[in-house]
Amino acid sequence: MNAFIAIVRRDLLLAARRKSEVLTALFFFMIVVSLFPLGIGPETAMLRRIAPGVLWVAALLAAMLSLNRLFAADHQDGTLEQMSLSPTPLALLVSGKVLAHWLTSGLPLVLLAPVLGLQFDLSPRALGVLMVSLLLGTPVLSLVGAIGAALTLGVRGGGVLLSLLVLPLYIPALIFGAGAVEADVAGLGAGGHLSLLGALLALGVFFAPWAATAALRIALE
Amino acid sequence: MLRAHGLACDRGDRRLFSAVDFSLAPGEWLQVEGANGAGKTSLLRMLAGLAPSADGHIEWDGQPVSDVRDEFHARLLYLGHAPAIKEDLSALENLQTAAAVAGRPLDEATALAALRRIGLKGREDLPARVLSQGQKRRVALARLLCSQARLWILDEPFVALDVAAVSLLCSILDEHLSRGGLLIFTSHQAVQLGGIGNTLRLGPDPDASRPRPTIAEVPA
Amino acid sequence: MSQRLVNWFKFASPASFYPLAGKMWPWFAAIGTVLAAAGLWISFFVAPTDFQQGEGYRIIFIHVPASWMSMFIYCVMAFWAAIGITFNTRLSGMMSSALAPTGALFAFLSLWTGALWGKPMWGAWWVWDARLTSELILFFLYIGYIALTAAIDDPRRADKAGAIISLVGVVNVPIIYFSVSGGTPCTRAPRCPSPRRRPWPPPCCGAC
Repeated sequence: MNAFIAIVRRDLLLAARRKSEVLTALFFFMIVVSLFPLGIGPETAMLRRIAPGVLWVAALLAAMLSLNRLFAADHQDGTLEQMSLSPTPLALLVSGKVLAHWLTSGLPLVLLAPVLGLQFDLSPRALGVLMVSLLLGTPVLSLVGAIGAALTLGVRGGGVLLSLLVLPLYIPALIFGAGAVEADVAGLGAGGHLSLLGALLALGVFFAPWAATAALRIALE
Repeated sequence: MLRAHGLACDRGDRRLFSAVDFSLAPGEWLQVEGANGAGKTSLLRMLAGLAPSADGHIEWDGQPVSDVRDEFHARLLYLGHAPAIKEDLSALENLQTAAAVAGRPLDEATALAALRRIGLKGREDLPARVLSQGQKRRVALARLLCSQARLWILDEPFVALDVAAVSLLCSILDEHLSRGGLLIFTSHQAVQLGGIGNTLRLGPDPDASRPRPTIAEVPA
Repeated sequence: MSQRLVNWFKFASPASFYPLAGKMWPWFAAIGTVLAAAGLWISFFVAPTDFQQGEGYRIIFIHVPASWMSMFIYCVMAFWAAIGITFNTRLSGMMSSALAPTGALFAFLSLWTGALWGKPMWGAWWVWDARLTSELILFFLYIGYIALTAAIDDPRRADKAGAIISLVGVVNVPIIYFSVSGGTPCTRAPRCPSPRRRPWPPPCCGAC
């Protein structure tokens, strides 16, 4: 447990010292969200309808962009090797890294999304549902993304290959997350979608670290 | 007590070495020698458990390493080519994090004492980015001072060190051996160590068609 | 019993499997050709004209087997992935890599024949219903597998990485299907021709 906390603290410290990486992803999120009204047209009713999807897709892309820094730096300077030699199970240390990654990339998206949702004229209630859906969904993105990041560690064409592998796996989270907000706006209640998202999160928390660890061990061989 | 039986390594379709056998008792050291590309690093990584062996197995205290993996790793300290330090953290933070990840948290006083002994007095709080290559190596070696691991596997530990640092490292290794520790290392430089030593030469044997290791006793 | 086990694992080495495969494939090719020809003949000449959809419905005899095969092949790839990870055999990786392009091709064929069927029947080349969308995502999963194994140089590492992505994918395919269909059955039920039993087996076996 000590090692888990040490890894989380270390990664948070590293992110704090390289704020530019964290902020770049956030600005990307803002820019992508702004592109849609510019491209599609500023008609309010239509924006309100596309808002959940647009915000979720942008969150997906921003989360994906920040995945490269999850394992690559540690692999290059040898700290990943040291983690695999620790008596603490590597899966636990990987969970720590994913937690730190979510705190620095997913959580800021959750906090920023309602502000951007105002650009799309979403009601406060819908903004609340959006925040909850992102709160449940962004950890899923970090967890599933960790598997992709571990598989493409040190591989040629890593970034694009990572997107190709990970985006199809993100689709359920996207559908349930955006669907939750749409269901709430339509008056059907977001409970069902949010519970499914929660189920995805539970599944991810239990299985993704193992898959990512297996992939890391292959990369370290 | 470490025993290796019939270890082999493949790189692509080539067999780099095979039938590597040795045993190492407390207080003994093993230097792995060979030309570049002979597989020294691969052998060390195999012994540390980072890579699987194409053949054979390794025993720690009489049990196969695959059965007692966590316990083996708790007793092992491995330093590879890369110094395994984060450039954005200071030497002190690096040392404390590495120790915490290895399962033995260090308090600040011990860590500072180790850094001072290894020759980084006054540089403990600078980000590792501004340290020279040799100083980064020293940060990695500071882990040796704080470690209670019984088996040390060091890949090229003398690289980038100046003369004073080389003799300091030799004295640290001698202390470890006199405490009953085991040591396996590679080095292109000639090294003087106490205790019982062996050398393992990897590489094509001119008398045989396949690479064969030889073990020779090196006088203390 | 142990003798039978040893017998199977002997073929796990590519060197001993290759001659066996060499002897077996002409038989499989012959049987496959016969069944495919029989299936196509039945679908074009024997099956009656559908009362609502006319002759155009006959593309279903290619579309449905292609869909089934693309899903079946993915499951087989996942099976080989599990075998490869458990027993560390080289052949399982080769089987998976050989299957992937075939599976991708069937998925692609299924998408195109679906579109060609959809245009005259529903008036649109593409609809985002559960089945077509899941098929599209399955196609992406295949492409991801092929891209990953192609990008890694070391064949052993490529096999193991491919195995992991196949297993992750096979767990995700039901989740994806469930999410896309919104938990409800397909919104557009296709009009399947009534003499269902007879024409199906030959095209499907031929596709195998």
